[in-house]
Amino acid sequence: METVDKTIHVPLTWSQRLIRDVKKSKHYYVLMAPFAILFFTFTVLPVLMSLGISFTYFNLLEPPQFIGLDNYLKLFLEDDVFIIALKNTLILAVVTGPVSYLLAFVFAWLINELGPKLRAFMTLIFYAPSISGNAFLMWLIIFSGDMHGYANAFLIKYGIINSPILWLKDPKYMMLVIIIVQLWLSLGVSFLAFIAGLQSVDKTLYEAGAIDGIRNRWQELWYITLPSMKPQLMFGAVMQITTSLAIAQVSMQLVGFPSVQYAGHTIVTHLIDYGTVRFDLGYASAIATFLFIVMISTNLLVRQILRKVGE
Amino acid sequence: MTFLKTLKQKFKIKRTRKLNRSLYGDIALFILLLLFGSFSAYPLIMTASNAFKPLDELFLFPPRLFPRNITFDNFRDLSELIGNSWIPFSRYFFNTILITTLGALGHVIIASMAAFPLAKYRFPGRSIFFTLVVYSLMFAPQVTATPNYIIVSKIGLIDNPAAIILPAIASSLGLYLMKQFMQQIPDELIESAKIDGASEYRIFFQIVMPLVKPAWLTLIILLFQRLWITDGGSFIFSEELKPLSYALRQIAQGTIERAGTIAAVSFIMMIVPVTFFIFSQSRIVETFSHSGMK
Repeated sequence: METVDKTIHVPLTWSQRLIRDVKKSKHYYVLMAPFAILFFTFTVLPVLMSLGISFTYFNLLEPPQFIGLDNYLKLFLEDDVFIIALKNTLILAVVTGPVSYLLAFVFAWLINELGPKLRAFMTLIFYAPSISGNAFLMWLIIFSGDMHGYANAFLIKYGIINSPILWLKDPKYMMLVIIIVQLWLSLGVSFLAFIAGLQSVDKTLYEAGAIDGIRNRWQELWYITLPSMKPQLMFGAVMQITTSLAIAQVSMQLVGFPSVQYAGHTIVTHLIDYGTVRFDLGYASAIATFLFIVMISTNLLVRQILRKVGE
Repeated sequence: MTFLKTLKQKFKIKRTRKLNRSLYGDIALFILLLLFGSFSAYPLIMTASNAFKPLDELFLFPPRLFPRNITFDNFRDLSELIGNSWIPFSRYFFNTILITTLGALGHVIIASMAAFPLAKYRFPGRSIFFTLVVYSLMFAPQVTATPNYIIVSKIGLIDNPAAIILPAIASSLGLYLMKQFMQQIPDELIESAKIDGASEYRIFFQIVMPLVKPAWLTLIILLFQRLWITDGGSFIFSEELKPLSYALRQIAQGTIERAGTIAAVSFIMMIVPVTFFIFSQSRIVETFSHSGMK
């Protein structure tokens, strides 16, 4: 709806126009005010503060001291644990990000072929893990290091291994466990967005496509479904990227905090370590700012790529 | 019903559903869904069934998918453990109800209020604000955890439920979904109300809000899920203000002989949000059909 008044003939300067438009829109600002105030206080301001504090030494008790780039230099040049955390985070993101995105789409697509009742049921089955509180702790029993762990017992029974594997304590297996559990948890809001997107694809397009020579479900997917769902695919990408770069809970609860040889350490667990255990808030803010930049730039990059698809 | 029938006849739905579908493809689809569906459901079924297993069955191998002797002992033990703590259980329960109710209602109201002008009008600052909201979807809340603590303590909200409620009700995902959903309301509807002399606020409360009911429910559920699992973190340290999930987690911190109680705790934490989802699934999916991003 256009609110700019077309009847004014005297040309106004840019600032006069702005003032006039702001005055005319005052009701909109009133409506937005409560959300905007809280959003600025708890989302925008913290990002700016984090950037500011990252250039200081700050322990909450004494006032912050400006130390320039020291935190960042220490982070990249001296902190070996951070390098491990960075490597783990990248591995987790590169594996769980695209895989979970693909799984979310493939399952949404397969489910879409079912009748309404079965579709609702399967949606629940796949979505439930992400909303089940701490039910993922069941994986502690599945991957328990003794003979009673379901995974060990299963593998021993079928003669694949001879002695139980310490899934949660052996650095060789920790990342694998985190990846499996994270994938299990990862069909979240993007999955719902895909299901919704598939249901709202114009059905007549499929008939038209069949007349135009589309012969199987793959062609239908490529030429009709995917292009119609582009906005949802974009939204889903943002959700999956953000989640996959912030993996921490699963790691902390399953392999411990800190994990053996930091094999399950991620950027976020490193951040939690300095922010809430060591109270080196300047350093924690440097980690947070770095993570912020990584998340935003990955998102923007992937959006650029997705935009090109099908053009 | 007749409407549905004519619709079916018009689009020949019976036949088009089988368009371009081979039998082998359908079989492969069925197997895939069965396989991954079991992978997805197995830990949840085990969580549920363990909660009703007696202790000797809990450590049985191979683990039984369903308990042979269903027992409520684990829940009895849980309530005994809670009864022995010096804070009455009802207190934790009340705290969680307070946080989730105020949080979810507050979120729906302020997010809808902000979403309406963003979706339906153009005014200075609109696109900058919405861009900030979209950007905030691109980073995880952990990024802002440290400064948030400083801000909350500066405002003096430490040890106050508002420290958890206020940041949560300004969740940008909710605003984003609500704005996208409101965009499908026809402009003519708002235009004609305006001609009838209705103010922006009346239009919002009497016309827009009733039309976006499915989205309310989605926002409520998303925020409920988030607040349901909060344990108060570093914001709440008084025992009598701690939420339910904190109390349950403390109990779950036990060793092997508490395995049954832990299962009962996990079951409670899981079943509430899942039940919510079951009853509101269709409306949530409807909301997400407008979630698309350009």
